[in-house]
Amino acid sequence: MTMNHHSNTPALEVREISKYFGSVIALSGVSMRLLPGEVMCLLGDNGAGKSTLIKTLSGVHKPDAGEYLVDGRPVSFDSPREALDHGIATVYQDLAMIPLMSVTRNFFLGSEPTVGRSIFKRFNVQRAREIVREELSKMGIDIRDPDQPVGTLSGGERQSVAIARAVYFGAKVLILDEPTSALGVKQAGVVLRYIAQARARGIAVIFITHNPHHAYPIGDKFTILKRGRTLGTFTKRELPREKMIHLMSGGDELERLEHELRGFHDQQADILADAIHEEEELY
Amino acid sequence: MSGQAIDKGKGDERLLRESFLKRWLRRPELGAVGGAVLVWFFFAVVAGNRGFLSLRGAANYLEVASELGILAVAVALLMIGGEFDLSVGSMIGATGMIIAILSVHFGWNIWAAIVVSLFFALIVGAINGILVIRTKLPSFIITLGSLFVIRGATIGLTRLITGRTQVGGIKGAVGYDSASALFTSGIQIVDPASPRGLSADFPISIFWWLLIAAVATYVLLRTRPGNWIFGIGGDEDAARNVGVPVDRMKVILFMLTAAAAWLVATTQVLATGGADTLRGEQREFYAIIAVVIGGTLLTGGYGSAIGAVFGALIVGMVQQGIVFTGIDSDWFMVFLGAMLIVAVLVNNYIRKHAAEAK
Ligand SMILES: Nc1ncnc2c1ncn2[C@@H]1O[C@H](COP(=O)(O)OP(=O)(O)O)[C@@H](O)[C@H]1O
Ligand SMILES: [Mg+2]
Repeated sequence: MTMNHHSNTPALEVREISKYFGSVIALSGVSMRLLPGEVMCLLGDNGAGKSTLIKTLSGVHKPDAGEYLVDGRPVSFDSPREALDHGIATVYQDLAMIPLMSVTRNFFLGSEPTVGRSIFKRFNVQRAREIVREELSKMGIDIRDPDQPVGTLSGGERQSVAIARAVYFGAKVLILDEPTSALGVKQAGVVLRYIAQARARGIAVIFITHNPHHAYPIGDKFTILKRGRTLGTFTKRELPREKMIHLMSGGDELERLEHELRGFHDQQADILADAIHEEEELY
Repeated sequence: MSGQAIDKGKGDERLLRESFLKRWLRRPELGAVGGAVLVWFFFAVVAGNRGFLSLRGAANYLEVASELGILAVAVALLMIGGEFDLSVGSMIGATGMIIAILSVHFGWNIWAAIVVSLFFALIVGAINGILVIRTKLPSFIITLGSLFVIRGATIGLTRLITGRTQVGGIKGAVGYDSASALFTSGIQIVDPASPRGLSADFPISIFWWLLIAAVATYVLLRTRPGNWIFGIGGDEDAARNVGVPVDRMKVILFMLTAAAAWLVATTQVLATGGADTLRGEQREFYAIIAVVIGGTLLTGGYGSAIGAVFGALIVGMVQQGIVFTGIDSDWFMVFLGAMLIVAVLVNNYIRKHAAEAK
């Protein structure tokens, strides 16, 4: 694997991308760029357009306007497979893995290693097992048995296997849609560690999360979406933790709400405001 | 760091050996293998002295099991791929009748009739598959439709052409002898248990059944398309996203079930010397029952061809075993239905525990 850490060509770049669903404007003039070996956190409220953006990047949707460049070259994907062939790998929270299939069979689904020629060409199951074992241990993942059904793995392990798979198949850009949102603290830590591993191997990572504790330690850049538009991309230096948390939790709206409620001078409103305050302080 | 990795490797190797039993428990066909043994013992005890244990008894239930088994193995592949084919029974009637009409009514060489009949099956199978893909309707609905269309057209056209619903006289058709050698010949084994030195006739369909099951098992477990079938049945969209040719595989699987129906029909037509428009009725359900008893999930993504073999064997043993016991064979369906439900419960239980035994 080549480490093009210091390359100045973005691994992935979009310019003024828009996407409409009928009359719904899901994305409107979104631009962002990502260098190899960078982790970008994609932040924003529900319905902000995060999933639409990554589905556009991963070949599920075609943008209605704007440019999409991979390694500096314009691309247009008709299917997720085409994006995959260009090194854009996406790990979806739900359909990352098929629960009834073994870890090995999942890992190689669609790209099975073979031995033999013509009609004697067969799925090299032994080799597949060895590769899975090797790749997972490289990422520090301890799978007891590569033949166990994926359904028996924990959520964190499942995400990790999906990430290891993407890395093994030469992903240059790894897109993760809320990989940690359903996980406990420890499991989420495991996944974050693999993201760091992937970054160390020169892979560009786009990471969607609602949790500032997951975003801040791992993110190099933060792109904030709001109602289909981007509020900009910030580096860690430009965006102190408090400000990020504020932006992530839709802080503006909360403040305004608090203000309004204060205006009622209602005891109950005070209680509600306190509750909101407390919730904010939790982060 | 590297020392740690080596330790980990060692641990994994040890676990691999320990998990041999667990690996077995994880196989979908486990329940059906156990069930087949149980059913065999049951009839051995109840009807052992009435011929069930004789070679002729074995030939008898193996013949029934083989005809169902050929169908069930193909249906198992399709069901693992997440789809149903309810039209295989009608397809048996249609393909058999095509052979009979072409060879008897129109005087064709029977080989030509058999080949045309196969093409018909493959085309209708492909149409089933394409309709399922294009309409995105459940295959249950699409093939329920083709069940009636094929059966109705078979009856209607046969009556239109021949004026009847049955066509006989195939044994006199040109090329019958060579065709019969391939599809209906058998191995005669003198039954040592028979006092009059009667021989048991093991038909060649048993060989076809086992050969097809072996090929299907190989394809499922050791080829790329096999892995795709599991993937498609497990999660069609996920499979498509990683580049599995989902649509092409589905069409092929529907063509395969239709071709299996054709093979069963050819065997039957050559063995009995005639075709009947109603042949194959309800075979689609028997096939599904055999497949499900064999451990394949109704929802797809999990199952085995070997399981379907044992499922068909169980159905065959029960169907013929009841005759040996002297119980009225009307009760067969009661057994079959009850067995289906028990088998699904047992299979679910095993699968749950195999999954939990991490
Ligand atoms: N396939 C679709 N058809 C119609 N509207 C959609 C579709 N996908 C997303 N949208 C709309 O686009 C907007 C952005 O959604 P989404 O990208 O899922 O947001 P997020 O992932 O940030 O929560 C929402 O208003 C949503 O209702
Ligand atoms: Mg979303």
